[in-house]
Amino acid sequence: MLNQQLLGSASPHIRSKQSTQNIMWAVSLSLVPALAFSAYNFGFMALAIVMISVISCILVEAICLKMRGKPFAPLYDGSAVLTGILLAFNLPPTVPLWLPVIGSIVAIGIAKHAFGGLGYNIFNPALVGRCFLLAAWPVEMTTWQVHGITGATPLAIFKEQGMQQLLSNFGSKPELYWNLITGTIGGCIGETSAVLLLIGAMYLLYKKIITWHTPVMYIGTLFILGWLFAGQQTTFSGDPIFYVFSGGVFLGALYMATDMVTSPLTKKGKLIFGFGCGLVTFLIRKFGSYPEGVSYSILLMNTATPIIDRYCVPKKFGMTKGAAKPNGA
Amino acid sequence: MAKQYGTKTFKGGIHPDLDPALLGNKEYVKIALPEKVRIPLQQHIGAPAQSIVKVGDSVIEGQKIAEATGFVSANIHATISGKVTAIKKFPVSIFKQAICIEISSDTTAQTDWKIETSDWRKLSEDELKDRIIEAGIVGMGGATFPTHVKLSPPDTKKIDLIVANGVECEPYLDTDRNTMCTFPNKVYEGLQILMKILNCKQGIIGIESDTPDAIEVMKQTVAGNDSISVLPLEVKYPQGAEKQLIYAASKREVPSGGLPMDVGVLVCNVATMTAVYDAVTAKKPLISRSLTLVGHCLKKSVNVTVPIGMLLSDVIKQLGGFVKQPTKIISGGPMMGEVQYTIDVPITKGTSGIIFQAENESAKYSMGPCIRCGRCVDICPMGISPAQICQAIEFGDFELAKKWGLLDCIKCGSCSYTCPANREMVQLIKFGEQQLKKKGS
Repeated sequence: MLNQQLLGSASPHIRSKQSTQNIMWAVSLSLVPALAFSAYNFGFMALAIVMISVISCILVEAICLKMRGKPFAPLYDGSAVLTGILLAFNLPPTVPLWLPVIGSIVAIGIAKHAFGGLGYNIFNPALVGRCFLLAAWPVEMTTWQVHGITGATPLAIFKEQGMQQLLSNFGSKPELYWNLITGTIGGCIGETSAVLLLIGAMYLLYKKIITWHTPVMYIGTLFILGWLFAGQQTTFSGDPIFYVFSGGVFLGALYMATDMVTSPLTKKGKLIFGFGCGLVTFLIRKFGSYPEGVSYSILLMNTATPIIDRYCVPKKFGMTKGAAKPNGA
Repeated sequence: MAKQYGTKTFKGGIHPDLDPALLGNKEYVKIALPEKVRIPLQQHIGAPAQSIVKVGDSVIEGQKIAEATGFVSANIHATISGKVTAIKKFPVSIFKQAICIEISSDTTAQTDWKIETSDWRKLSEDELKDRIIEAGIVGMGGATFPTHVKLSPPDTKKIDLIVANGVECEPYLDTDRNTMCTFPNKVYEGLQILMKILNCKQGIIGIESDTPDAIEVMKQTVAGNDSISVLPLEVKYPQGAEKQLIYAASKREVPSGGLPMDVGVLVCNVATMTAVYDAVTAKKPLISRSLTLVGHCLKKSVNVTVPIGMLLSDVIKQLGGFVKQPTKIISGGPMMGEVQYTIDVPITKGTSGIIFQAENESAKYSMGPCIRCGRCVDICPMGISPAQICQAIEFGDFELAKKWGLLDCIKCGSCSYTCPANREMVQLIKFGEQQLKKKGS
């Protein structure tokens, strides 16, 4: 009756269709609107930088896998492509084309594979790449340009010359907000358009790839702290809307802080993580000499992830308050 | 599968993606008595039974052929009349090989039990319990825990609620619905017998809301009895798991490491209730059971009732063989079932279903690294963190895994099902438990 050998395997014998690959490609896909906008805002060079970054990330991944004697299967999981996109999104549109190549080597080679590859890295690879470049080539990494005109980012203007200067540049407050939200401002390739990043994140929320916990807590914390303390005069004189829509907050909160590998497992842990990111971003912006702060805050909180996980172990069934014994036994 | 609201349930769990062609009610097909059966001496949790017959003996249907060896053990009876032709190791479904008593039929249609309908209400609690012990009844949902042990709680534990488990323990299975729709009265009376033994005043029959016919039948059957109610439950896996069912039915949480009796509850499968009824009223031992056979490899998915010990290959022969070659055969269900390496295995007291997967259904999964997505943590019905436990096990730190809830795992497989990296978490956890036991002894 049976004319072949039966397969053996451990239960369960059905699996969901969700895979690591699907997740990585879905995140990459959700970044496409922001990518298209960057081409419009910064010109063709932005696209070229993204392309070079993605290709070099894939190449570095292949070389690392070869060196480590691992199968090439992870090459197709899309994680290198995603790192490439995110790395390029964190670079100014004016960088020389060899810069993303070096960034990729640091991101994939050091931040990812030196720690054991996908799933074992402690730091977000794209952010490590960006911070390395920022430290090594500070001039290239802080030269901003929109539509061919060189100029500082809104955050840098705010930091150095204050809100008044910013308002005179943009005309009025509503106009400033409009530019910030749509993204027609200076900044890194992928970080400027808050609204398109949000649309991408909505897709990820719908697909249940990210949860609201980290981004809401991150942006919320920054909103309140900015409102309270970012103003020149007393408390509550800050401009919280400007504070959260400027710089890389949306890219960081929606895409970098939600990176599964380097953020906590539980919802409670994610809330703590988001709060920490918001707090550190605020401290860097307020007291540091650097106008940004998103990348460093996330990298710093990455180091806290293991300890957050250790203290946010979920309550077991049978250990909660409901587990009272009606018999008094 | 559409989520069905307005019914009670537990925290966590999954709605697995299932093959719609294999869902729903299955037709009942009558199976003729086989020419031989192989009855394993261990079909229950606890000590194996001791054979009291020898090769060459003539036995009749219902005759006791092996005796329980201790309190947590169960009697075994001949399921067909004939001659004992072998007592030796044969392939069985859960352990690779185990000692079975093989009986070859001699076509005498004799039985050791009579259909005498004695009124169980006139029997004392001890007499009722003795009949259950004698009949070798074990939990028929799949756990196979001897029923009389559950009926003997220590004096400090008072059972005040009995839950009849009418929730299929796994997706695709249809045996509990079949039992309830065919013998609603036996389920109802069986539940009342258990309530009498434990002097318990409340009974609940829990049924998932995707079997409305069973809910309807049971509601009609219990109508007028205020102490027993039918409770429709949300369709979700693992709704049939004991602790999850108790929570859904009564909001009581069995403490970590505890038993249902710690919260005053006893759970029994509906098929066990019918076996209890038969044992008490007709002194009929547990010698047959109904189960569901599912898969595109068969002509159609069916419910059957077969004598315990009938070989799976004989059942399939009667159903007309395979229309497609199976590549994986699973005893139990798709979530927790054990794979089989041969079809010459006997159906036992705990076999609630067999799944036959064809080539295209039995995908081979390659396990990737954990990307810490946290899905397993969100859906774990026991509220533990499978990702972290498995990580600790991979690093060989079994004590840490235990601290994080390794021993609370019910192996429902929801985590492995959900895992995007196809991590074999259930397997890792089973391995971790073994290692912990080794260290402990």
